[in-house]
Amino acid sequence: MDFKRKLASAWRFLFADSGRAFGTLAVILLLCLAVVPVKHVFRESARYQAGYLRLIRHHSDAAPLERRFQAGIQQTWIPELGVVDRCTTCHVATKETSLMDVSTQPYRPHPAVPHSLTEFGCVMCHRGQGPATTVEDAHRAAKAGEQAVLPARYFAAGCGQCHQDSPTGTPQLNLGRSLMARYGCVNCHTLKTPEGVAMKASDEPPPLTHIAEKTTQQWIYAWLKNPQAYSAAATMPDFQLSDAAARDISAYLMAQSTPYLPADAPQTASAKAADASNVRFTEVQDAASVYGEAFCASCHAVQNAAGLMVGGDIGPELTRVGSKVKPEWLAQWVRNPKRYFPQTAMPHYRLTEKQAGLLTGFLRAKTDSDFLAKVNLEPATQEQIANGKALVNERGCAACHAINGIQRPDNFAPELSAVGSKPLSKIVFVGTVPHTLPDYLAAKVRQPHSFGEKLKMPQYTFTPSQVDAVVTALLAQTERAQTLPVTLRVRAPHVSDYKPAGRAGRLMEDMQCFSCHAINGRGGVMAPDLTAEGSAVQRPWLVSFLKNPNTLRPALIRRMPKFNVTDAEAETLADYILTVYQTPAFDSESLDAANFSSEDRDRGRQLFYSKYACQSCHIVDPQNDKGYIGPTLTQVGARLTAAWIFHYLKNPQALRPGTIEPNQNIGDDDTRALTAFLMAQKKSPAREAAKK
Amino acid sequence: MKPRGFIVAVLLWAMSMGCGRRNAESSRPQPKAFGAAVVEVSGGQQLAIVGAPLDQPLVIQVNDAQGAPVAGAAVWLQVNGDAIVTPAAGLTGPDGQFSVGVALGSVAGRYQVVTATRDKSAKVIELRTDQIALGYQQDLGRQLNQSYCSRCHDPESTAERVSNHDNLKAKAHAFTEGSFLNTLSDADLSSIIAHGGPALNKSAEMPPYGATLHKADIEALIAYIRAVSDPPYRSKGLVYAKN
Repeated sequence: MDFKRKLASAWRFLFADSGRAFGTLAVILLLCLAVVPVKHVFRESARYQAGYLRLIRHHSDAAPLERRFQAGIQQTWIPELGVVDRCTTCHVATKETSLMDVSTQPYRPHPAVPHSLTEFGCVMCHRGQGPATTVEDAHRAAKAGEQAVLPARYFAAGCGQCHQDSPTGTPQLNLGRSLMARYGCVNCHTLKTPEGVAMKASDEPPPLTHIAEKTTQQWIYAWLKNPQAYSAAATMPDFQLSDAAARDISAYLMAQSTPYLPADAPQTASAKAADASNVRFTEVQDAASVYGEAFCASCHAVQNAAGLMVGGDIGPELTRVGSKVKPEWLAQWVRNPKRYFPQTAMPHYRLTEKQAGLLTGFLRAKTDSDFLAKVNLEPATQEQIANGKALVNERGCAACHAINGIQRPDNFAPELSAVGSKPLSKIVFVGTVPHTLPDYLAAKVRQPHSFGEKLKMPQYTFTPSQVDAVVTALLAQTERAQTLPVTLRVRAPHVSDYKPAGRAGRLMEDMQCFSCHAINGRGGVMAPDLTAEGSAVQRPWLVSFLKNPNTLRPALIRRMPKFNVTDAEAETLADYILTVYQTPAFDSESLDAANFSSEDRDRGRQLFYSKYACQSCHIVDPQNDKGYIGPTLTQVGARLTAAWIFHYLKNPQALRPGTIEPNQNIGDDDTRALTAFLMAQKKSPAREAAKK
Repeated sequence: MKPRGFIVAVLLWAMSMGCGRRNAESSRPQPKAFGAAVVEVSGGQQLAIVGAPLDQPLVIQVNDAQGAPVAGAAVWLQVNGDAIVTPAAGLTGPDGQFSVGVALGSVAGRYQVVTATRDKSAKVIELRTDQIALGYQQDLGRQLNQSYCSRCHDPESTAERVSNHDNLKAKAHAFTEGSFLNTLSDADLSSIIAHGGPALNKSAEMPPYGATLHKADIEALIAYIRAVSDPPYRSKGLVYAKN
């Protein structure tokens, strides 16, 4: 009662007549409207801006900092990229390099990056919600389609949206992409660049169509159970197969195999292999030297006594190869690998029968009795073979390997072209994985089976930094990348399918020059690019080098092996290289060494040793010079053309991109003198030895 | 009455917050033994990009006064910034060692991991190890170092990469050699990289890279040199011209 009366009196007090009612309403309206300025006064960004002004008040260059400071909402607007970023409202000091020692956010200056901060805005690399003006809205992903700010370790993903090349500054992104190509991720998952080009695998898994000729069911079984137990560096992941599944798959692979040699092929190879199977003790040294001279270690690794891997990773590890391959197959393979696998990267070595026998015996001796010790398989039944075929289909083995009777499955696994924009609502998180996209991707790469025992994705053995690299490369695959203006895209260097023709072309394919050398945009990076080699070298040297490659760079452990080519073959190759692989930059015959005077040479010697200190990397006088980073130059006058030396000294990077030798801006006179001095270096080691 | 109760409640709450640290300390495992020193076994001075977990764990060992490992000693670790060590506390294993994973913070620079244990007299013994986080610039410098510099400036040879260091008359300074490199200003470093040794009256065996590397590349190399230098490089800050 009392309360009702009070209410009535209040009502009368406020709305007794029209004048009072008007006044009351005006006050209520004013209070309602006051919410806006009050919210404005107490807004988060104003608090941060006030904090910034307090921070710089006592700074040594407070005056210029205050002058550059702008109060209120700041915005970067780039319509063509769809960027509306207000991050600099609170992150006020992004461009103030004098505040580098400040460690509290949001006042840190932005570290140096190759693009200006207003060129792309913030969200392009950092993600988050650009237009938001509160900490919570900007950094977290609350609504559908929003993305949380990316943790610092994945920032290179931002670069990967435009850069399909491999910039020097983004090693993590480059590593991630190369891992996905090398470990066959792209054989099951489609991964397209914004141009729509599907990423290709860089590793060619061996075909299994003749596998029974090469190895045994026991080995396949043990390998399937754990590839890393056979070779720690194996690129094949662990499919975590049960004993029965591994047994059935190995049974099917043996059953589908067909012979690779025609039935009437001479069987001498297998006979020789049997001879070579027991290498006598006196021959062990010879056998090891065949392995060494062929530079097998350039591509194949072997575990040494200390457990370290020694050798390259282009071919498979050979530590336990004797437990894997059949002797007849191995003997045939070292003689000519292309008969078994025409696309192999391994060259046809043209070994003599003795060398081939020694090498076969040497490799056969590399066994590991433990590896197959526990494998006991009964002869395969038809049921096992049929089940094995079903498993091969189910596990997608044919996505990587050629297998008789099984088609390569298309789109075996989900497409990942836009996985970096995958909405959180479409992700099923399990266990303790934090609910963010990078954490989900990392967990999936690290341990696919934690998302379900039935998942087909195999278990890889990546280190933490490799997992981060793969996640970075995946996060670069965003929807935004596909909508960016075409002009921003930096394409990957063109990979050509260049193929030399004719007799020389056949020889180059046979010896697999492209496994190590690149020519016209195709080939490996282990050895120098030969696109302009014809301008560089002299014919007599090239012919003798092809027949018997000697050491040019003493510091390198990977060297050109000897292929036992005939004189005619060496001359064919040399003529082809000298005629076809010429640089358009200069005429290789434009400079005649005969025109150099002895003064030129003397001045060149002085420049070589004093002004340019070339001896820190090159050897001209083997007695006194020690540098061995660059090629030895004792007989460079018989190896290179004068024109090449001249133009190379003028700008090494132009003729050999990426070479360590810097462009020293050498003037024409000095270059000429140096060329004269170098062209006089024609000593051959043999002649020098004879002199002694 | 009421406001006084409120004030008491607020005071109690504030005190309980103040006691938070002691509570955390009491949650540490009870030591079964006490050591006299903490030493690093492996995993110090690692390089990684900002925010990334280090590839190798940091392994420390608690020793007694005679230098023998102590099993069951309580250790706890702290790191500055937003870097994380896991686990942050525990007992040393049977070999006296304790292994932790370190994830670096999101700002480039050094992160100091402080490992602490108590000796018998409850005195805290600390070991400080540095880990180095590389930002974009430092990481670019690391790549360029591998392509152009390390052949001469890294005296260590590996099976894959033979060092040229010992073949030089004037021995190239390793980039970790802070005692020398910290004495050079950014401008000095920039000019010796761009114009070669003679620019600072040094050996011509250091060739000029000014026409090979861009300005940004040289700045990146300097940032890398500053990042790995030992003892750490301290920027002199802004230097104003004097009248």
